[in-house]
Amino acid sequence: MTIRYPYTGEGARGFDRFAQSHSGAKLLGLYRSMLRIRRIEEEIERRYHQDQMKTPIHLVIGQEATSVGCCAALGETDLLYSSHRTHGNYLAKGGDLKAMLCEMHCRINGCAGSRGGSMHLIDKRVGMAGTSAIVGGAVPIAAGAALAAQMKGEDHVVVVFLGDSTTEEGVASESLNFAALKQLPLVFFCENNFYSVQSPLATRQPARDLRTWAASYAIPAVRVDGVNVLAVLEETQTAVARARSGGGPTFIEAPVYRFRAHGGAGDDSRTGYRDVAEREAWERVDPLTLFSGFLMAGGMLDERATAVMEEALAAEIADAFELALASPIPVEADLYRHVYAD
Amino acid sequence: MPWDEALVNSLVYDKPDPGEGRVSTYVSAVREALTLALEHDPRVFVLGQGVDDPSAMFGTTRGLQQQFGSQRVFDIPLSEEGMMGVSAGAAMNGMRPVYMHNRPDFILLAFNQLVTHAAKFHFMDNGTTDVPMVVWAAIGRGWGSGAQHSQAIHGMLLGVPGLKIVMPSTPYDAKGLLLSAIIDNNPVCVFEHRWLMKKDGVVPEGLYRVPIGKGVYRRRGKDVTIVGASHAIELGAQAASLLASEGIEAEVIDLRTVKPLDEAIVLESLKKTGRLVVVDTAWMKGGLCAEIGCLAAEKGFADLKAPVCRVGLPDVPTPAGYTLEQFYYPDAARIAAAARGIVRV
Ligand SMILES: Cc1ncc(C[n+]2csc(CCOP(=O)(O)OP(=O)(O)O)c2C)c(N)n1
Repeated sequence: MTIRYPYTGEGARGFDRFAQSHSGAKLLGLYRSMLRIRRIEEEIERRYHQDQMKTPIHLVIGQEATSVGCCAALGETDLLYSSHRTHGNYLAKGGDLKAMLCEMHCRINGCAGSRGGSMHLIDKRVGMAGTSAIVGGAVPIAAGAALAAQMKGEDHVVVVFLGDSTTEEGVASESLNFAALKQLPLVFFCENNFYSVQSPLATRQPARDLRTWAASYAIPAVRVDGVNVLAVLEETQTAVARARSGGGPTFIEAPVYRFRAHGGAGDDSRTGYRDVAEREAWERVDPLTLFSGFLMAGGMLDERATAVMEEALAAEIADAFELALASPIPVEADLYRHVYAD
Repeated sequence: MPWDEALVNSLVYDKPDPGEGRVSTYVSAVREALTLALEHDPRVFVLGQGVDDPSAMFGTTRGLQQQFGSQRVFDIPLSEEGMMGVSAGAAMNGMRPVYMHNRPDFILLAFNQLVTHAAKFHFMDNGTTDVPMVVWAAIGRGWGSGAQHSQAIHGMLLGVPGLKIVMPSTPYDAKGLLLSAIIDNNPVCVFEHRWLMKKDGVVPEGLYRVPIGKGVYRRRGKDVTIVGASHAIELGAQAASLLASEGIEAEVIDLRTVKPLDEAIVLESLKKTGRLVVVDTAWMKGGLCAEIGCLAAEKGFADLKAPVCRVGLPDVPTPAGYTLEQFYYPDAARIAAAARGIVRV
């Protein structure tokens, strides 16, 4: 039994430091956002084998605190770019659940008109600006978006989510360099979940602190506990404030764990690339139970309130699936639309 | 002067008749298009390795940084993929970048961002994202450039939906097509042949556009159609002159744009001549030559009186020395010989 990548954070104790800065309603809102993502992901997972969603999926179960904490620091006009692992980013940024599920069911009213699939969830009304299913692909795009904001004198900032393996792509280094050179209003948010598909960090990178990579470009680089939604929020706020005030980019590394396989439903730890015990250890610091425990201990949440929340979410999710399944599929002419802009 | 400019400088082109309008060099025409675009549209910016250096991208960017400032005309890190992505991201967010390359080969490092990102977002985002960017490159031979500094990449890009590719052959077109490319709401590659940069031509002042996707007749004839773009069609026109002295009347079509392709003009001419020579600055296999050959077979088969003939590069990497280059690159004589061959069929 080996735990290659142990959790090194403070667990529930880590909330104390930040809790005073937020109202009870705000804290409950954050919890609800995380719970909503979790329940949506679970329902997607539960139905996946029915083969109605003919799209690859990359679940974020276990990684809800990063999306929710980060997006809570952003306004609607701030832009978020992301990778293949989009569900949490999209929902936390305020993306429309119905449009997401329609997309995943390949319906014409999907958020990308059924031509994007689950790896390409966008909702421009709320700043979910774009994604790339090519590892690293969205990173320079986000830098370009930040450059445009800077050139136009707009005050929004851009956040790009990247995985640990993305830091190995040359284009990610190129983007850090350019962002630092131009002092772009950009936040590199790296979810370090230690695995690229089934390859551990150790077979891909020398043993070094990921922050040193970003810091070598003279970019402030910080680490934050990725299971602590309040810590993530706080660190992102600092980075966003820096970016908005012309202080340039920040690199945030958030160690976190995905409880499921890289893609598809269920966990695949039993295939042997990581020890089941490692997942179980991280499940003991599940970002949801950690935070709900904290809220309950503080008297901000109880069984009854949780039940009310669960009931409302279940209804919302059931409705959205129902709508998706009843939505029209594209016709042949739709295929030929939007190859070129007018 | 860059070490391989000597050959380009030694080229001699016919001087245009000033009676027909203002005469300008090819390089000035490109610079004028960039200047006008920067003047008229605050969203336009110009970036590229060395765009502000003394060589000024063959002179096409000379003085632009002084005139428009280093926010809008700037040098960049040697990060081809990254900067292609930055350009796309800026374009997706309301800007109009013109990203310049002094060699096409360097764009190969950026295919991921060009092919898999810039060309795809409009489609993937269901029409909600436009990517109005220009990828400009000086292309073509220069002695010694060899296998890694003079590759023709437009053939590789022909099959990429979402991209447009223009390849001007005159100063007039260079200006008008570049302006059209900058105004276009899609990623447009503008490939300018180094050998054409010494050419003078009549270039009107001010803004005008040459439409993307439309070819033009450079010469009328009834015996054979020579079709191509860029420097290849310059040679095609020279070949047509040679043929005229032998009594063969060649029709010369300058495609101006290779994607989207003006199929109608090719088929119209083929209907008249029944004979087709396709010329290109790139490899014959799988590129423009092959595509037009296929067009003739698919849609002009009944008009063909002889096999389609391709004149481009053999399936061999570009040699670096002039000793081998002479066998590698087609010239007007070779195009004329190809035309003669099928006219006699
Ligand atoms: C350029 C490229 N190489 C390989 C892949 C296949 N691939 C898809 S996701 C992935 C792992 C990415 O790991 P990471 O960036 O750490 O993100 P995570 O999946 O852990 O969220 C790989 C290798 C790809 N999509 N793009």
